[in-house]
Amino acid sequence: MSEKRVLTGRYFMMGNVACAEGAIAAGCEFTAGYPITPATEIANQLAERLPRVGGTFLQMEDEISSIAAVIGASWTGKKSMTVTSGPGISLMLENIGFAIGVETPCVIVNVQRGAPSTGMPTIGIQGDMVQAKRGSHGDYEIIALCPSSPQEMFNHTIIAFNYAERYRTPVFILSDAFVGHMREEVIIPEPEKINTVYRKIPEPGMDPQTMRGFLDEDVAPMPIFGRGYKAHVTSSCHDEYGKRNLIDLSALDNYVRKLSNKILKHRDEITLVERDYEGAETVLVSYGAVARAAAMAASRAKEEGIPVGTLRLITVWPFPEEEIEKMARQAKHVIVLENNLGQIYPYIKAEAAHFSEVSFLPPRVIGQIQDPEDILRKIREVTP
Amino acid sequence: MSEIVHPLHRFRRPSVTSTTNCPGCGNGIVVQSILRAIDELGMGLDDFVFVSGIGCAAWIPSPFFNADVLHTTHGRPIAFALGIKVGLPEKKVMVTSGDGDLAAIGGNHLIQNARRNVEMVAICLNNGIYGMTGGQAAPTTPIGVKTTTTPYGAFENSFDISRLVIAAGASFVARWTTVHPRQLTGSLKKAIQKKGFSFIEVFSHCPIQFGRKTGVGNAIQMMEDYRKRSILAKEAAKLSPEELQDRIVVGELVDIEKPEMVEEIEKMKKRASGGNG
Repeated sequence: MSEKRVLTGRYFMMGNVACAEGAIAAGCEFTAGYPITPATEIANQLAERLPRVGGTFLQMEDEISSIAAVIGASWTGKKSMTVTSGPGISLMLENIGFAIGVETPCVIVNVQRGAPSTGMPTIGIQGDMVQAKRGSHGDYEIIALCPSSPQEMFNHTIIAFNYAERYRTPVFILSDAFVGHMREEVIIPEPEKINTVYRKIPEPGMDPQTMRGFLDEDVAPMPIFGRGYKAHVTSSCHDEYGKRNLIDLSALDNYVRKLSNKILKHRDEITLVERDYEGAETVLVSYGAVARAAAMAASRAKEEGIPVGTLRLITVWPFPEEEIEKMARQAKHVIVLENNLGQIYPYIKAEAAHFSEVSFLPPRVIGQIQDPEDILRKIREVTP
Repeated sequence: MSEIVHPLHRFRRPSVTSTTNCPGCGNGIVVQSILRAIDELGMGLDDFVFVSGIGCAAWIPSPFFNADVLHTTHGRPIAFALGIKVGLPEKKVMVTSGDGDLAAIGGNHLIQNARRNVEMVAICLNNGIYGMTGGQAAPTTPIGVKTTTTPYGAFENSFDISRLVIAAGASFVARWTTVHPRQLTGSLKKAIQKKGFSFIEVFSHCPIQFGRKTGVGNAIQMMEDYRKRSILAKEAAKLSPEELQDRIVVGELVDIEKPEMVEEIEKMKKRASGGNG
């Protein structure tokens, strides 16, 4: 290997390129994907850079096989990732459920674009927010992070790998075409300053018959392939040993609850938010690209002497209920901003409406992030 | 007095004490051929990762084989297997699946990976029907056959899966039936050692969902039917397409050398990092 994994330095970099560099810095060794706007730059960068550091990018026949190959590679112990946009996620959803069911660490980047269906590929919207949580069939929990800058495309991709490895689960990066194609300063730190996590695996030589490799709320060690663990891995209802059970409803209950509780039990560790609402009567709640407009509107309002704060969700799933409640207890008015018709709004409202007035401000035109002027007008409207 | 134990029993996952297969199922014959091939090559199950999809044939390694087994979603086992092979190139990867899994819902992964010529063994148990869901028509169901979804007779042309995979570029393709267990074992041994995509189609009798409903009969009668209809490829070459109607052409159909994808990836990595390759 002649090239460095971590390209320490200060760059003017596109968000999608920063995402690929974040993956490589996190120790990603296997990626598979299918070309799709506006995520292609990530795939292109991975295809160019990964082989030089010993990794692999495979262009697959579709997104279904992309996530399948990623899951397969993850079971061989490789940190793995796929990158796509909404249409690709729609195709991947069955296998994302599989990854959850058999507890496979992997990172799934969705650079969201104008939708539904083929929509408008080069325009960023936040249209797949609930799809990430509810798109695959059945009850499950997912982890999803929302970067709002190229720097965060780098940082959050590393965090996503760490969460995936720590909790043995797929982790979404819910970016969009704006953040993906945005060019800004990106600082890549020294490799030793980058915290990387690797999944726990069972002690070598463990008896496969007595090894509990699944369904532990504190995350079971992963019996990866090729080490003699003789793992039986099935997404059909199974027990802690991986043994299939299609008869007892109690086994199904255990299967569903343990998988969900594994994430919910660690919600506090997973939740990342940016709070700037001390003393504010009105709080703007947003995430991703929209948070940039919210921050500008809040600062303009403060200049006008209106006490406005912001709460930015970095972790959107598992939903940070406590953070919303804590904010709502302090605020009089909560304004939710999203670049969609209100996908996370009902979840925020459910937590906040008991304590404060909650309203939603969609963009004037879907796909056009809220104009700070519009947000200011809304702030003045709710602030007597 | 020592207990008499079947020599292949050591390959069974200790916690598995029963089979989910129907009485008379062809799966058991293919299980024996797979395990005999591995045994005769002096290999063990730790040399393999087994991957299966959805359908009766998926239950061959899962949970029965005492090995690393990934039991995946419908139609996708070959795509999962590709990721496994890239991650563990020193291991043998074997996919066991059926005609519905590989030729219907998963058809694209089958031909794309035959084209890539990625080293793995894909075994397709072709029973001409969807067994697990109760006897629906498959892309391999012969025209005219009555199934639960073609109650007035199948009205679609059927696939010749081996020819499809040959056309897509696999480096080893063989077809046998459940009345050819020894020949099947021999081809499996070659497939396991082949540096490339190996495909083995096995006409496997399904007495419950195919034999009973189509009137071909029970397991013995179905195997007798296979025996009568089978013709070796070199004999078949002398006959016209009309004369080959309803015949099952068996034998090793393709055995060629061509670049294998995982090796090509390693060469590409050397080129990318400035070395020779």
